[in-house]
Amino acid sequence: MESMRERFTATASQLLDEDPRVAVVLAVISSDRFTEAKKAHPDRVIDVGIREQLLIGVSGGLALAGLRPIAHTFASFLVERPFEQVKLDLDHQGVGAVLVSAGGSYDMASGGRTHQAPGDIALLDTLDGWTVHVPGHPDEAEALLRHAVADGDSRVYIRLSEQANRAALPVRPEGFQRLRSGAGGVVVAVGPLLDATLEAVEGLDVTVLYASTVRPFDAPTLRAEVRNAARSDVVLVEPYLAGTSVPYVAEALCDVPHRVLGVGTGREELRRYGTWQEHVAAHGLDAAGLRKRLAGFLR
Amino acid sequence: MTDNREYADLDGLMSLMTGDEKHGPAATSTLDVLWVLYDRVLRVSPHTVADPDRDRFLLSKGHGPMAYYAVLARKGFVPRAWLSGFGTFDSPLGFHPDRTLVPGVEIGSGSLGHGLPLAVGTALGLKARGSGANTWVLVGDAELDEGSNHEAVAYAGAVGLAGLNVVVVDNRSARYGRPGRLEAGFANEGWSTAHVDGRDHEALFAAFTAPHPDRPHAVVAHVERKTD
Repeated sequence: MESMRERFTATASQLLDEDPRVAVVLAVISSDRFTEAKKAHPDRVIDVGIREQLLIGVSGGLALAGLRPIAHTFASFLVERPFEQVKLDLDHQGVGAVLVSAGGSYDMASGGRTHQAPGDIALLDTLDGWTVHVPGHPDEAEALLRHAVADGDSRVYIRLSEQANRAALPVRPEGFQRLRSGAGGVVVAVGPLLDATLEAVEGLDVTVLYASTVRPFDAPTLRAEVRNAARSDVVLVEPYLAGTSVPYVAEALCDVPHRVLGVGTGREELRRYGTWQEHVAAHGLDAAGLRKRLAGFLR
Repeated sequence: MTDNREYADLDGLMSLMTGDEKHGPAATSTLDVLWVLYDRVLRVSPHTVADPDRDRFLLSKGHGPMAYYAVLARKGFVPRAWLSGFGTFDSPLGFHPDRTLVPGVEIGSGSLGHGLPLAVGTALGLKARGSGANTWVLVGDAELDEGSNHEAVAYAGAVGLAGLNVVVVDNRSARYGRPGRLEAGFANEGWSTAHVDGRDHEALFAAFTAPHPDRPHAVVAHVERKTD
């Protein structure tokens, strides 16, 4: 199957043709996939070299000059390394950009810790006004990218991954979608972990919500589903740092006695190489691992 | 030409912020550079602060912005009445400027090393839009120690970003400065460079308006050594 990253570069190239405000800013990573686009739009495909502070600084400057920048590299170098640039060159200037990361938590498992960014969304949560999309399928990645670029001068983060669900769902940037209903609790599955989550809850009487957009966090839908369930038990299944969205659940349910379990990647460094599939399993995020965690928590 | 009466007003405007009658070099290291830019070089006025094709001036060295605010007030970008509230809770004028609060201020600054990379992006954006506007950024000599600037200087030189202009106000405050080091750094990355007396208005004007059709331009403006 075509990867989300491949779909991203193809879609961004089309957006350069369609919208004269769009600029793509790169730091070598994926640059070879924009060779044709660079020929057609030499001023709007900008590769700054291995300079990630500049990647974000240039994006902020382009936005100040009236363009709609799409900045892209691996998550660790897009959000973590230049985090002060994200905070100051975008947020503090009051300008927008679309940041599109590849690699996520463990796509380049054989590359080790330096190429893993499970804390990217937790970091962005320290800032105000970011929309965060975590697509679960290349079709969703394309739809969310198109939505983000057209979404005024907003600040948007799109987190692409190698892991994907078998089938795409329609994207709903405004909120979560209910895939099944049950009385024993509410499970929120984020992006590429949907297939494994659905397999894990087979036979369990629970509601499953799907989120390909996690910020803003759809508190109204979560509240409504928790009120409909017999148990106010919530499980978050996120393909990044475990518990990243737990504060948002607590806020949504601040006046409702509830239990919450945040499932995701562990804080501890695995110090293992191998494949992303092995890392998914090692973090307990495959169907069997999720089944164990969910069944234990939901009772 | 510089109106000396206007320039002479600046010290009084700064006094509204500092309470001091006269200002020493440390408080005014940027004053003459700012004045010559706003008086004679930048194509921007209070009526064109939202014009997409205005020249951009980015104050990267956001510390000690009294001279900047005084120039903006003298040129009519901000009301003089704002100056006396400098740094207070209800004032839009802080110890570091905020572009969302002050008309004519192009960037919020304070953390060193952000203005030059933002200026690179601004110059690239203006070029992509086919605008002939110029982008100017003021940095301090010590500020250039921040690594983010090195990313920006190397890239802008490599791609010949002619719309970009840097003025370095050099009060020799960098921890490990050496004479000539700043100019050599820019020249080594393919920039056009000039170094001038940062108090000499004619010399500054000549350096600011030197042609550099195929490369970015850096002007190192020497002022009195920082003593505090």
